[in-house]
Parts: sequence; structure tokens; C-alpha cells
Amino acid sequence: MPFILRRLAFYIVAAWAALTANFFLPRLMPGNAVEAIMSKFPNLTPATYHALEAMLGVGHPGSLWSQYGSYLNDVVHFNFGISVSDYPAPVSTLLAQTIPWTLALVGSATVIAFFVGTLFGIFAGWRNGGWLDRLLPGLMFVQAMPYFFLALVLLWLLAVHVLHIFPIAQGYAGGLVPGWDWTFISSAIGHSILPAFTIVITSLAGWMLQMRNVMITTIGEDYVLAGQAKGLPSRRVIFNYAARNAFLPQLQGFGLALGFVVSGAIVMEIVFSYPGIGLLLLGAVQSNDYPLMQAIFLVITFAVLIANLIVDLVIVAFDPRVRTREAA
Amino acid sequence: MTAALTIPTDTSGLAAPAHQLGRWRRLPPKAKAGAILLALFVLAAIIGPMVAPYDPSFQSPNPALSMNAPSAAHLLGTTQSGQDVLSQLLSGIRLTLELGVLVGLIATALSVLVGVTAAYLGGLWDELLMLVSNVFLVIPALPLLIILLGYLPRTGQTATILVLAALGWPWGARVIRAQTLSIRNRDFVAAARETGESGWRIIAFEIVPNEVSLIAANFVNTVLYAIGASVALAFIGLTNTSTWSLGTIMYWAESQEALQLGAWWWFVPPGLAVALMGTSLVLLNSGIDELGNPRLRDANQRAKVDGRRLQPTAPTPVQHAALPQRTSPLTAFLRSFSRSAYIEDRARRVRSTQPSEGQR
Amino acid sequence: MTTDLGRPVPGLADPGRGRRLSGEPVLSIRDLSIVYRTLAGDVRAVDDVSLDLHPGEIVGLVGESGSGKSTLAYGATRLLRAPAVITNGSVRYAGRRLTTPTDVLQLTTDQLTKLRWREIAIVFQSAMNALNPVLSVHDQLTDVIRAHLEVSRRDATSKAAGLLDLVGIPRTRLRSYPHELSGGMRQRVMIAMALATDPEVVIMDEPTTALDVVVQREILGQILDLKDSLGFAILFITHDLSLLLELADRIAVMYAGQLMEVGTAVEIHHEPAHPYTKRLLRSFPSLRGPRRELTGIPGTPPDLLDPPPGCPFLPRCTEGTDACTKIEVRLARVRTSADPDHLTACPFVLPDPELPDSLRMSGAEPAVIAAASQPNAEELKP
Repeated sequence: MPFILRRLAFYIVAAWAALTANFFLPRLMPGNAVEAIMSKFPNLTPATYHALEAMLGVGHPGSLWSQYGSYLNDVVHFNFGISVSDYPAPVSTLLAQTIPWTLALVGSATVIAFFVGTLFGIFAGWRNGGWLDRLLPGLMFVQAMPYFFLALVLLWLLAVHVLHIFPIAQGYAGGLVPGWDWTFISSAIGHSILPAFTIVITSLAGWMLQMRNVMITTIGEDYVLAGQAKGLPSRRVIFNYAARNAFLPQLQGFGLALGFVVSGAIVMEIVFSYPGIGLLLLGAVQSNDYPLMQAIFLVITFAVLIANLIVDLVIVAFDPRVRTREAA
Repeated sequence: MTAALTIPTDTSGLAAPAHQLGRWRRLPPKAKAGAILLALFVLAAIIGPMVAPYDPSFQSPNPALSMNAPSAAHLLGTTQSGQDVLSQLLSGIRLTLELGVLVGLIATALSVLVGVTAAYLGGLWDELLMLVSNVFLVIPALPLLIILLGYLPRTGQTATILVLAALGWPWGARVIRAQTLSIRNRDFVAAARETGESGWRIIAFEIVPNEVSLIAANFVNTVLYAIGASVALAFIGLTNTSTWSLGTIMYWAESQEALQLGAWWWFVPPGLAVALMGTSLVLLNSGIDELGNPRLRDANQRAKVDGRRLQPTAPTPVQHAALPQRTSPLTAFLRSFSRSAYIEDRARRVRSTQPSEGQR
Repeated sequence: MTTDLGRPVPGLADPGRGRRLSGEPVLSIRDLSIVYRTLAGDVRAVDDVSLDLHPGEIVGLVGESGSGKSTLAYGATRLLRAPAVITNGSVRYAGRRLTTPTDVLQLTTDQLTKLRWREIAIVFQSAMNALNPVLSVHDQLTDVIRAHLEVSRRDATSKAAGLLDLVGIPRTRLRSYPHELSGGMRQRVMIAMALATDPEVVIMDEPTTALDVVVQREILGQILDLKDSLGFAILFITHDLSLLLELADRIAVMYAGQLMEVGTAVEIHHEPAHPYTKRLLRSFPSLRGPRRELTGIPGTPPDLLDPPPGCPFLPRCTEGTDACTKIEVRLARVRTSADPDHLTACPFVLPDPELPDSLRMSGAEPAVIAAASQPNAEELKP
């Protein structure tokens, strides 16, 4: 239990650091950004300008501490302001529209890639020297490829030029209204296959390679040899003796890599014009929509922190040594 | 850790062949392939822009030259505005590699500094530095980079390098700190302290030299990350779009609808270049990994001893009478060109015919 | 009079211990050769070794690191990992449960899996490393029980509890994980695990080396009690000859992958018939004898990749001569011994002038040259 509490404390510190960075960064910008926005978006209400000024620390809106306090207060109440580029939609509405798409696509694709890759890695590690090993250089190539490049290639092959199976872009066919009817859902699924496929392929290689290496190291441990000496069925030795121990470093690696997973997904959405949070972020940056940018960064960071916490919980469930670390 | 059960192989007999095989040959084949591939790219980076046939930014006014497929005049075709893709590619390789190496150097230097200091000082400093590292690590890098670049006006290479390096050092710092902790407790460091060597000298001359392969692996990893991140950022269009980095080439390709117009020569070469550069780094890294982790090395080398693939978890094979190495004809043919293989075979043949076999 | 472990002191009046056990051996290793096939060539870890183990017997296998004793023991059940290859010999197992004896080296993987642990179990050296850290004691005991015996889950659990009783561990520890147990308890769990399926042969690989002496004594005593009550044979591997002198019925001395001497504990103790054995005996103090200077054995074991001809111990042997390079290393009877199974690989066995009288058997003649089949025997000095 103390392990989880310590991790929780750490995540709180990290969240605070992110919040504070988010607070200070806009204020560090050179020049008067508000004027730039005003010239770009002349038709916003004065209240919005004032909010922007407050956010950017322009025009002496009060002491730094009071600004910080009201900023934190806003965050806690999910009050992220009004979007500048998509005026007059509130930022929180935009977020609510896009987050489900990202979760559905990236979340499921990542989890699938992790488990399938780990499974392959288990077999590649156990049958070291088997045919799976011949795939290794190819897998390394795929892993080193930028996510979006594979996306482009697949798009070109399967959607644009060679075959025309899959739709080119977006989350669903244009003209359809989002709803819970089959037409929409089937269209959504069809549009998500290529992006999901791309994510799965590029990240699966990485998980497989990592698990293979961990398995090879674990197989050299005495308890795996003891498991074989006990005359246990192969499957039990592979999964309960070797893989179950190898899975722990693999999980830790997953936790560490979550940031990268999210990053890759963002770029993926951009390539496919998928209506997720990544596309929203790009649009925000390109149009200098600072309130939106701030909010998205917070959402992404918090999501990664929560995911890390979940991984920690799984580790505790799997590793008895962690549970009694304080008692030992 | 497994000293208990590891069947001790008599290693005194293996000293001789290692002298026959040079250090290059002792590297695992993966590392060699990676190194060669990387060397090709470095070569391209160095001489590329000098041998490029055209100025990459030169926009041809001739509309007939727009979006041409690869031809004799333009080996990799042209862009929408008649620019030569090959020249852009060569320029891009140099820029991207430059950026990657610079970020790698700065970030690795920071990692070593922080990691060694944290481990050496210990106590509160250690906790603080590690807390900072962990916070940096857990916050997702690319979104932060995007935001940072969004707040700053269109910035040049320098800012990008600094920002990437600022986010790239924590991972290496943790790894190096772990290694330094284990070295710090070893006897030779205690001995150096006893003889009065100052802290900095101990760090510089006793500790760091023992971590060279770790630092090298860290450097390679950071370069990989830097290339990936910078290409992604450039592709989104957040970095300077008038300089020709590989990501920028793809940005223009994407924005000019190269995909829809079927101009594969515009976006495939830069993407492949990034992929191959990345692959060479990954290969190099896994080779360095193997050097450090004997189990991985053994696993990869063992699998080929005997000509057949031996599964490490299968029961010990029983071969009555020493079998000659059963290799496929192709392997034997290729092997006949190898100098080290020739030396090994000759040594083995000499040993087996010596009359010193009085044991049976 | 008993030793620390409660065994009768080997002495003149006690012919019982160490007497040659009659009957068919339960494990019969013949001419076993194991090499490590490396890029540089074959490292001869075990070279033409033959050894028998009788039911209920304790055979000690002693040697320094790298002598091949562990390789021999693990090779017998084909547990060695690549690049080990068995190049010669047979391992004949004749347990009570088998209708016909079988050669372990000829078994298929499935048959081997059935034989392992059920018939031949192993107690590993470091229990901390040999126990699976993520499984509870209960799981590690019951999984092997259920793998070999057709029992229900509940029966397996009660059997596991019974095993813990056997080694003196409270039953509540079934729920514990290995890292929650003390060193001695972990080793006891290993022993309990080894006996879970009632094997005929238990190979013990330095089971007490990692423990302190007090715990060591307890565990060894427990092992002996269990052996007496359950009747299994033990192949006890160690580098500690002094321990074997008290513990084992017969002792095999190994060096550089070959057997140097095999005999009963009594014979090895009082009438060592190989220079290596003699040096080993002199390298630890006796509790009861007179004080004397301890001598080690200077030098290092030979290169197993390219062994020099003749006796492997020659470079470190104080009694060796040039003739030793020409001999063929084979075990042969020690002529002067009353025991026909006392074998030695040294054809030039000499009496030990420094061996205190208290250790000599009264009335015994000094050992003389053995191995009559040696062609150059007449030319050599006795």
C-alpha cells in the first residue's frame, strides 16, 4: 500500500508542475500576444479579450499570486475559457467532443498492440532461434519508422492509389450526423481501421522486441531452470515462471513509454484528419488559440498521469515483492 | 545473481581466439550492420549538399517540370514548384543528422552530469534531482514541445535544438545514476577516496570510464529520439519551414497534396531516409546492449553454434560422436569468404589432429 | 561415538558405514562426456565419467570450481542449457516405479518431463534464486504435485501442508512468498519441494553452502532424517570434503572433468589413493587431531578446451613425474584396499608420510602401485 501512496504523491507533484508550467509559459511569450490575437480575430467580445489578457499576464490584472490562484480555481472547475479560433464555443465543449474519439482509437489500438506484441515477444524469447527471430531486423525497421510515414504509405497504398478500400481521412463520412445509428457507427469504424492499424503495427514491433529481450534475460534465471527441472508442462514454465516475471519490467517500460504513445497518436490523427484531440491541438497552435492550447496540454498530461497510475496498480497486482517492500 | 547455478565454463581456453578476432569482428552482426548504415548516412550528410545537382530551394519557372516522376535529369523527381527532390533530400539528411547529433551531445552531457552528480552526492540532492527527472519524464514530450513551439514565434534550428535537449536528458540521467550508484560502492572507488583523490577527479577518472558503453547507448538513444521528434514537429509545420530538414520536405509534400496526386517520390524518400537512419541507430543500440548483457549476446550467438539453431530451453542435446558443423550450403559458401571463419576452422583442424589427445 | 550430525564416527570398530551396498544401482552413469560447444571449440567439461548410486545411499561428489561436478549432475537429467552437448555415455535409471530400467539420454522430451522430479529431483544451491518470486510457497509446491500425480486441488494442498510439516515449517507459511522467508526456511522449502513427489534420487547441489554454520547443521541433520525415513538416494555435490567425510557413504573426487578417486568415506579419509585427494584432506583442520599447518593447493585447473596429455593434475602434483604425461587417465582398483570398489586414477599411489598416525588404520600396509594394466609400470619408481 505505501508504494501506491508514494506513487500517488509523485503524480500529484508532477501534475502541479504541469499546471504551473502551463500557467507561466504563456506569460513568457515575447511581445504583446493579445494584440496579435486581436488583429487576427477582431470580432471577439471584450470579455474574451480581458480573459486572454488575464491568461497572458498582460495589462496588470493583479499580483502574480492572485492570478495563480484564480487560474487554479478555474482549472478545478473545468473552466477553460472560450476558444478563440472556434469562437464562441467554450473550450470544454470542444474537448468533450474530441476526447472520446481519441480515447476510442488510441486507447484501444495501444492496448491491443501492447498485449499482442508482448505475446509475440514471449514466444520469440522462449523459442530463441526460431523463425520469429528472423523477423527481428524487419521489426526494428518498422519501429524506427516515424508513425506518420507508415500512415502515409498505407494511405497511399490502400486508400488513394493502389487499392481503394479505405477512406482517406476523417472520422466518418462527410455529411453524416454523429449519432448512435448504425450508418454512423459503421462509418466511424470503417474510418478508424487504417489509423488503428497504423498505430498497432508501429508500436507492436517495439513491444515485441522489448518483451523478447526481457524474456531472454529472465530465462537465464535459476527459477526458470528449476521450473523445467520440476518436470512441469512447458506452458506453465513459459507463462507462470518466465513470462510472469518478465512482464514486470515490460509493464514498467509501458508506463515510461506512455508519453511517446500519446505523441505518436497525435501525429497520426493529423495525418488522417481524425477528429481527435491531436487534430484539435494542431489547429489551436496554428491559429494561436492559447486558451485551447493550454487546456489540451493539461488534459493530455493528466491523462498520461492517470494511465501511469493504472500501470502502477497493475504492477502491484502482479508483483508480491512490491506489496511487502515496506515490511521486508 | 545466478552465480549459484550457472555452470562455470572454463573461460581460460577462450582467451586465445579473442586475440585472433579483432574488436570489430567481435561486435555482434547487428551492430556492424547498424554502424555501416549509419556511416553511409554520415557520408551523405557530409558531402551530400556539395554533390547535389541542384539548389534545393530553386523553384523552376517551367511548369512542365512541376511534379515530375523520377527521370534522368531529376533522379528523385520534382516537387510542385519544380524543385529537385534529391537535392532536398541530401540537404535534409545533413540538417536532420546535425540536429540529432547536437541534441544528442547536449542531452547526453546533461544526463551524465545530472546522473553522476545525483549518485555521487546522494541524500537530498539525489532525491531532488531524481524527482525533477521523473517529472520531466512523465510529462508527455511531444505535446509539450508543440505547445512550447506554439508559444514562441517561428523559431530557428537553435531553439528547436535547445528545447529538444531540455526534454531529452532525464531518461539517460536515471540510467546513468543507477549505474553510478553501483560503481560508487565498489572497492576501487573507496580506494581512490582513501588515497585522497578529490571528488571531481574520482568522477572523471574512475567512474565515468567504466560507464562508457552505457553513455554510448544513451547517446544513440537520444539521437534517435531527437530525429524522431524533430521530424514529427517539422512535419506538423511547427519548425522553420524554409529550411530543408527531412520533416519539412514531408510537410510540404503533405500540404501540396502529394499523396492525393500520386507523387510518391516526394514523400517516400525522406520518410525512408528517416526510417533507415532510425533503423541503423536501433541496430547499433541493440548491438551495444548485447555487449553489456551477456545473456542476450549468448542467446544470439549460441543460436548459431552447431550450424543448427539450438533452443536454449530444450533438453541438452545428445550427440554421440562429434558432428561436423552442419551448415546449409549457402551458409558454408558465404562463410568461406570470411577471414575469421578461416582462422577458426584452421585452428580447429590443427587441434583435432594433434597427437596430444592422450585422454582416450 | 557420533559426529556432529549424529552419524557414527567412522572408525575401526564400525564396519557398518561405508560398506559397499549391494544390489542394483538406482542411477548408473557410464562413460558420460559433456562438452560446451563454443565458437573456439569444444570445452570438455565432463570427460568419460562413470558413477553409480545405490538406493538409500549418499554419494558425495567433491571438487573445486570448474571441476565439472555440477555439469555432471545437471547433465544426468539433461538440464544443461546450450551450448552444452552430451557427446558420449549413458545414464541408466532403474527406479522402483519403472518396470524396466531406462537410459535418460534416450528419452523423448515428454518422457523426460515425466521422469524429472518424480524420479530424480534437485535441490538447488541458492533458494532465493531457485524459487519463483511471484508464486507463493503453496503454488510452487502444488504445481509440481499436480503435474506428476493425479490428485485433486484439495489433496495437493494438504500434501503440501504435510511437506512443510516434514521439514519443520509452520503450515501458515503456505501463503508466503519466497522473499518473506528467512534463508534457512527457504532452503527447507526447497527440500520439501524436492520430496514432493517421492523421488528415488535427490541431487543436492551445494544445498547448504549459502547458509551459516548453525543453520547448515540443522538442515543437514534434517536431510539425513528424511533420507532414512523416505529411503531416497542422494548425490551430494560440494566443494567441502570435510562435510562429506561425515555425511556421505561414498565419495567421488572430481578434477578437470574427470574422476580422480572413488571410494567409501572411510577409505577416502584414511587411505586416500590420489595425490589430489591427499592435498584436499590436508587443506582443512581436524577438530580432534593435533594441530598442523594448513596447506592449500597452489596453481589453477587446466585448460579444458585443449587439455594437455596425461594426468590433468600433474602441474600441481608434488609427486608427479614425467611419466605422468604418458598415462591414460582411467579409474582402476586400489590394490591395497580391502574394498574392491575403491578406485583411483593415479597409478603411482604413494603412502602419505605426513598423515598422522591417528588417521592411519592400524595394521594396514602402505598403498602401493595399482593399475596392473599399465604397460610402463615396471619402469616407474614406487
